[in-house]
Amino acid sequence: MTNYVIEVEGVSKSFGGVVANKGISMKVPDGKITGLIGPNGSGKTTLFNSIVGYHPIDEGSIKFKGEEISKYRVPQIARLGLLRTFQQTRIYSNMNCIENMLISIPHRKMKFVDMFGEREAKETMEEVDRLLDFVGLYEKRKLRSGDLSFGQQKLLEFAMALMNKPEVLLLDEPTAGINPTLINGLIDRLRRANEEFGITLFVIEHNMRVIMNMAENIYCLAHGEMLAHGNPEEIQNDQSVIDAYLGAH
Amino acid sequence: MNKNFSFKLHFPILVFGIAAPFLFPGLQLQIATLWVMVLFALTWDIMGGQMGYNSLGNIMFFGIGMYTSVLFQVGQFAEIGAYTAAHGGDDFTFTNAQYYQGLVIGIIMSGVVAAIAAAALGWTVFGLRGPYFAIGTLGMAIAAGELMGTWEWVGAGSGISVPVFPGSAEARSLLFYFLCFGAAVLTFVVLQWVYKTRFGLAVNAIRDDEEKAEAMGIHTVRYKTVAWAISAFFVGISGALFGNITGIIEPLEVAFPTVTFGIFMVAMTLLGGKGTLWGPVLGAVLFHTLKEVTWTYFLGWQWVALGVLIIINVVFFQQGIMGWLMEKFPEKFGIVVENKEATR
Amino acid sequence: MVLVAAPVFNVQLLLDGLFIGATFALAAYGLALVWGVMNVKNLAQGDFVIMGGYIAWWLGTQGIHPLWGLPIAIVVMFAFGWGIYVTIIRRVIDKDLFTSLLATFGLAIVIAQLLNLMFGPEVQTAESDFAIRQILGVVTVAEIKVLAFVLCGILALAVVIFMKKSRMGQAIRATAQDPRAARVMGIDTDKVYAFTFSLNAAICGAAGALISMIWVIQPFYGISYSIRSFVIVTAAGFGNLPGVIMAGLGLGVMENYSGFVLGAEFQQATVVGLLLLVLIWRQVQQRKLRQVVS
Repeated sequence: MTNYVIEVEGVSKSFGGVVANKGISMKVPDGKITGLIGPNGSGKTTLFNSIVGYHPIDEGSIKFKGEEISKYRVPQIARLGLLRTFQQTRIYSNMNCIENMLISIPHRKMKFVDMFGEREAKETMEEVDRLLDFVGLYEKRKLRSGDLSFGQQKLLEFAMALMNKPEVLLLDEPTAGINPTLINGLIDRLRRANEEFGITLFVIEHNMRVIMNMAENIYCLAHGEMLAHGNPEEIQNDQSVIDAYLGAH
Repeated sequence: MNKNFSFKLHFPILVFGIAAPFLFPGLQLQIATLWVMVLFALTWDIMGGQMGYNSLGNIMFFGIGMYTSVLFQVGQFAEIGAYTAAHGGDDFTFTNAQYYQGLVIGIIMSGVVAAIAAAALGWTVFGLRGPYFAIGTLGMAIAAGELMGTWEWVGAGSGISVPVFPGSAEARSLLFYFLCFGAAVLTFVVLQWVYKTRFGLAVNAIRDDEEKAEAMGIHTVRYKTVAWAISAFFVGISGALFGNITGIIEPLEVAFPTVTFGIFMVAMTLLGGKGTLWGPVLGAVLFHTLKEVTWTYFLGWQWVALGVLIIINVVFFQQGIMGWLMEKFPEKFGIVVENKEATR
Repeated sequence: MVLVAAPVFNVQLLLDGLFIGATFALAAYGLALVWGVMNVKNLAQGDFVIMGGYIAWWLGTQGIHPLWGLPIAIVVMFAFGWGIYVTIIRRVIDKDLFTSLLATFGLAIVIAQLLNLMFGPEVQTAESDFAIRQILGVVTVAEIKVLAFVLCGILALAVVIFMKKSRMGQAIRATAQDPRAARVMGIDTDKVYAFTFSLNAAICGAAGALISMIWVIQPFYGISYSIRSFVIVTAAGFGNLPGVIMAGLGLGVMENYSGFVLGAEFQQATVVGLLLLVLIWRQVQQRKLRQVVS
């Protein structure tokens, strides 16, 4: 029997009159890579935002490891170990890479006095070096992160997410805007993060090649509703998915 | 910041600070004010520079500290209402022991009360980002001054005088000189330390992208509250000292000088370079020296010049002196590409 | 309480509040415009208002009726706004949130201090020589106040029609929604910004000229008007003209009541108190949207 870390039940969300998500139910199995696809405007990012607490949902329930989180706010959810990256890469641009990494440590058990805790403890620094090495940014670790190229910033954001030791990582289009030759390296790293660090990944992706290669489980959204669910092969052969992508509205 | 460089600066500044009142006895008050200015700039920078929350009302804690101090100095030994009704010191004399006990407790409490006030007010304004925070704090400072001016118990508009110093005038000015200097040094040392802890990273992260910081699980509200409380603590202490130097505390001009000191803190920090440790110090020294030397030559135009300085600073020279140096000589600040072989 | 004993007094307070509130609403509408279109938080807003007031008042001392000073103030302030845009605002508009705030803060200091140097710190009123009428026995209504109220309405209407119908107005609204897209579509956004900022200054100038006739001006009163404008815009939200008008009138009435009940020295504190209330209310709203943590 599979364990599900995220369980979404009948979630609906509308903005004014626009229905972005309608009665969505889905489950993310523990320790696996799950994909979320769908044409532009199908409500993928809205669903992500609902899960991590960026806005209230109109109805339904969202559970993380059995705990209802649909009323929690962003930092609370993050501290539970459910982390997200942004479609528009977000890093602390005036700080260097090391500092970016250092402040991304898990804040789950931070007590008040830990605010003034040692920030460059030996294990932490080793972890920082290891992860920066892992994403290939070790040489640039003392540069202002805002001066890095877009692709490098994306890698840094990914390394920061790993630094946080999340249980589940929600990635919003990790390969968007990345040079095709770097994409393979990124896929490889995502897989390794999943296998070596045991992080469950839940990925929004437009690049079919990437997602079909990576995910074991794919959900497809269209017009705010769940269209299909299955393994990559099933999704690829699903007529309704093909129609949605080819624009048979 | 490079360690050597820091040390080369610390030592001469300490020597100057200690020797100054004896070398330039005529300028004692101006130099004491200089240290208060340094403290102002440093504390403003915690919020405005390091955390990116531009408070235009930090001067409020100056006034809070000043009133708190005098209330504790007097209140331990006399009834405040009767004291203010009698317009100050003449009818009420304090023994030496009472004076010093009052002063010590007054100074400590001024910091504590200001910090508590900041933490409490923080709850109302921290949800406020950007302009709302700036305008909210500005409003608070203005309101604080006006409300104090209507409060009879603390002397309303005519103010309240501090207990008279029991010793000679020279001893008095020397004592408060060293208290001001000590307060500035303490502020610097504490800030230097907290910026090196996780706190420094967290407030920088909030400055760069607060939403990201929240998404990474940082306790942003906790950090913001503590940052403002630290800032308020030291400003409160400076208020206690300045109130004692001035002798009589009047609500609008002395305790809540929103349009003078309140603006100076912003101008000095911007000039020196916000978000750095030395920038505010440098800015305060430059600004205060320039001001003392040239102020009287402006013939009433000095305030206009101050406004123009802020505009030029913000529009053309936003990074300030330290920021400019960092852009010009990044290697000196450790911003370098390093490969593995060189370091391992 | 006087207010209960003589209910007719409420009429007086209400009317005076509405008259002055109309000018608040006008200035706030200008702020909503620059905030919404350019994302510039103009802390010099109140100082623009006071500057307009001084133009009308000074012309009055030169023998020109302040009502004629009104159009002159509008024109002068429009030109002044353009100058400020070209020298300062243009350079800060792309920078981060605080830059425009601090730059206009500096500007506010400069304007207030210049006015102080030129006209001195005394409180001034522009004499318009209109009659004061008595209604309902004890309630006095100055004709100039009624006239100012009507003029406020006309000016607001003119701006609304301009924004809806004219080519420039449409360009402004387009730029407000998406400056990038507007630029791609061939709109000169720099010019749009310049015009918007100047229009705001002109609106402030008009509000100030009216205030100089119905109330008092002083070089350092600017900051209160800035805070009032922020209160109104924050409460109403930009792009919500009926909201701005209601909030402006409401603020005028509330200030008048609190000034009467608590004493005149609490008037400024009332404005700030309302500001904080509005800000806290915003926070509670955001909490509902899961936006803030405690």
